[in-house]
Amino acid sequence: MTLRKMKAYSVLPGFSLSLGYTLFYLGLIVLLPISALVVKTMSLSWSEFWSVITDARVVASYKLTFGTALFAASVNLIFGSLVAWVLVRYQFKGKRIVDALIDLPFALPTAVAGIALVAIYGPNGPLGSVLLEWGIKVAYTPVGITLALIFIGFPFVVRTVQPILEDFEQELEEASAALGAGRWYTIRRVILPHLFPSMLTGFSLAFARGVGEYGSVIFIAGNIPMVSEITPLLIITKLEQYDYAGATAIACAMLLFSLLMLLVINGLQGWLERREKQFEGVMA
Amino acid sequence: MTLAETKTKTLLNVSYDPTREFYKEYNVEFSTFYKARTGIDVKVRQSHGGAGKQARAVIDGLQADVLTLALAYDIDAISERTGLFDNNWQSRLPYSSAPYTSTIVFLVRKGNPKNIKDWDDLVKPGVQVITPNPKTSGGARWNYLAAWAYAEQRYGSEDKAIEFVSQLYRNVPVMDSGARGSTNTFVRNGIGDVFLSWENEALLATTKLSDAAEFEIIVPSLSILAQPPVTVVHKHAKNHNVAKEANMYLEYLYSPVAQRLAAKHFYRPVHPEFADKKDLQRFPDVTLFTVNDVFGGWQQAQKKHFNDGGVFDKIYQPGR
Repeated sequence: MTLRKMKAYSVLPGFSLSLGYTLFYLGLIVLLPISALVVKTMSLSWSEFWSVITDARVVASYKLTFGTALFAASVNLIFGSLVAWVLVRYQFKGKRIVDALIDLPFALPTAVAGIALVAIYGPNGPLGSVLLEWGIKVAYTPVGITLALIFIGFPFVVRTVQPILEDFEQELEEASAALGAGRWYTIRRVILPHLFPSMLTGFSLAFARGVGEYGSVIFIAGNIPMVSEITPLLIITKLEQYDYAGATAIACAMLLFSLLMLLVINGLQGWLERREKQFEGVMA
Repeated sequence: MTLAETKTKTLLNVSYDPTREFYKEYNVEFSTFYKARTGIDVKVRQSHGGAGKQARAVIDGLQADVLTLALAYDIDAISERTGLFDNNWQSRLPYSSAPYTSTIVFLVRKGNPKNIKDWDDLVKPGVQVITPNPKTSGGARWNYLAAWAYAEQRYGSEDKAIEFVSQLYRNVPVMDSGARGSTNTFVRNGIGDVFLSWENEALLATTKLSDAAEFEIIVPSLSILAQPPVTVVHKHAKNHNVAKEANMYLEYLYSPVAQRLAAKHFYRPVHPEFADKKDLQRFPDVTLFTVNDVFGGWQQAQKKHFNDGGVFDKIYQPGR
C-alpha cells in the first residue's frame, strides 16, 4: 500500500514526514527495548518457556499482581473522579495547595513511598497498630500491596478527568434540569457518558503503572512466596540467578496480559464513544 | 602518552554495600604505599551496591578492574559469562582469595526477651525471624546455609535439615529482597525477634548507630565462615593499563596495615596477629565451617538449594 492510499484527505501538509517521524520515534523508544526482551526470551524452547510462565509460584504472582492492580485502579477510578469533580466544581481556600498535592505520588521516589507506608501501616505504626487491634493486617499482606498501588496510581485518574470536566459545558446540565431531569438522571445520562472515556484512560494508566510497580510494593508486601510475592519481584529473582531468559519470559507473559487488558479497555472506550455519538445524533 | 597519564592511574573497585567504610580508608593507605614504592599516584574509584546487582553490572559491561564482592558464586558467574578472567581465580590469592572473613550471628532486641541462644530457638513457634530472600540476596544465602549446616550436623540427616530450614523460614513474617530492606524491617519498623546478620554489620549496628542501646548480639554454637572474595578482572585491568596496580591493590589487602583496618571495620582478619587486641576481642570464638566443607563449593550449593526447583523453592511449594 502506498502512503497516498493510506492517507485520508487532509488539508494539513506534511503527512509523510510527520508519520515517518512518529513511526521512527515509536520504534526507537518503545519497540526496540521490547524486541530485545523477545530476543532474549527466544533462547528458550517453547516448552521451557511454557513451564517457566506456568509455574505455580509464577501463576500465583500473576493473580496477586493483576488482582491488586485492578482493584487499586478501580478504587482510584471512583475516588479520583470524585476529587477531580471537587477540584473543578467548587471554589475553596487552599484549593491550589490541594491541587498541587495530587501530583506528589509522581514526584516521590517509590521506595520512599513504600517505606513511609510501612512506617504508618506497619504493626508498630500509628495506624497499623490500631487496625491490628481490630484484626486487620495491612503491611505484609495483599492489602498493603493494594494500598501502595492506590497511592502511586492516584494522580492518573484525577489528571485525566480534570481537563475534560473543566471543558464540560454547565449549560448542558442546566438544560437537562430545565427539561425536567432529576439530579441522578442528569449525572447518569449527561455527565457520566461524557466523562467515561477519560475515566477509563485514567483507569488504564493507573492499572498499567500498578502492574509494573516494584519500588514501593517491595517494602510493604512481605514477599512471602505464593502469598505476597509480586511478579516483578520474581523477575528480579530470576535475574539474581543470572537466568536472563527466564526473567524475560515472565516479563513477556506479563506484557502480553497487560496488552490484552489495555486492548479490552481501549475497545470499551471506543464503544462508549461511538454510543455517545449515536446518542448525540439522535438528540440533534 | 603524556607524562601526566603515566603518573596518575585510576582503578575501579566494584564492591558490595557494607565494605564502603573499609575501602574508603584502605584506598588512602594503598595510594600512600604505592606512591612511596613506585612514584605513581593511584586513584581508586569505588562502586557499591547489592552484590548481585554489581555482578550483573560487570557482566553488562561495567569496566571494573578489581572485584571485592560478597560471595564467590557471583564472581564465578562473571568469569563464566564474560571470560574476562580465568575461572581458577579463587586460587590466585591466599585463603581462597578472601583476605578478611565474617560469619553469621543473631541480632536480638535488648535483654533478649525471647531467650534466643542457638539455632534451635529460631524454629520455635512464636519466634519471628527476619532474613532476606536468599534467592535475591547474596548475603542471605550465607544465613540459609549456616542454618542448614547446623541442622544437618545436629540432627544427622538431610531430611531433618530440610524440615529444620522449612520450619525456620515459616517463622519469617517478612522476606525483603535485600539486606538493606531487612535491616530496615528489623531496626526501623521493629518487626521480628531475631535478625540473621553478618557479624560485621551486627557489630556496626551495636557499636556505632544510635540504636546501639536497643540490640545485642547472640553468637550461635556453630556458624558459617563467610568469605567475601576478591579478584582482578584481568582483561579490563590490562586494557586500562593498570594490571600491576590491580594485582598489588589486592595483595596489599593481606598486609599488616590492611589486616588491622579490616579488624577495625569489623571483619575478621585472616592474619589476626596484625590486628589491634581490642578489635579482636569483638570476635567471640565460634566453630566455623566453610561452604567447601559442607556443600562442596558455591556452584554446588547454588544448584542444589537456590536455583529454581531447588530445596529453597520446595519450602514454599503448596501442599507441604
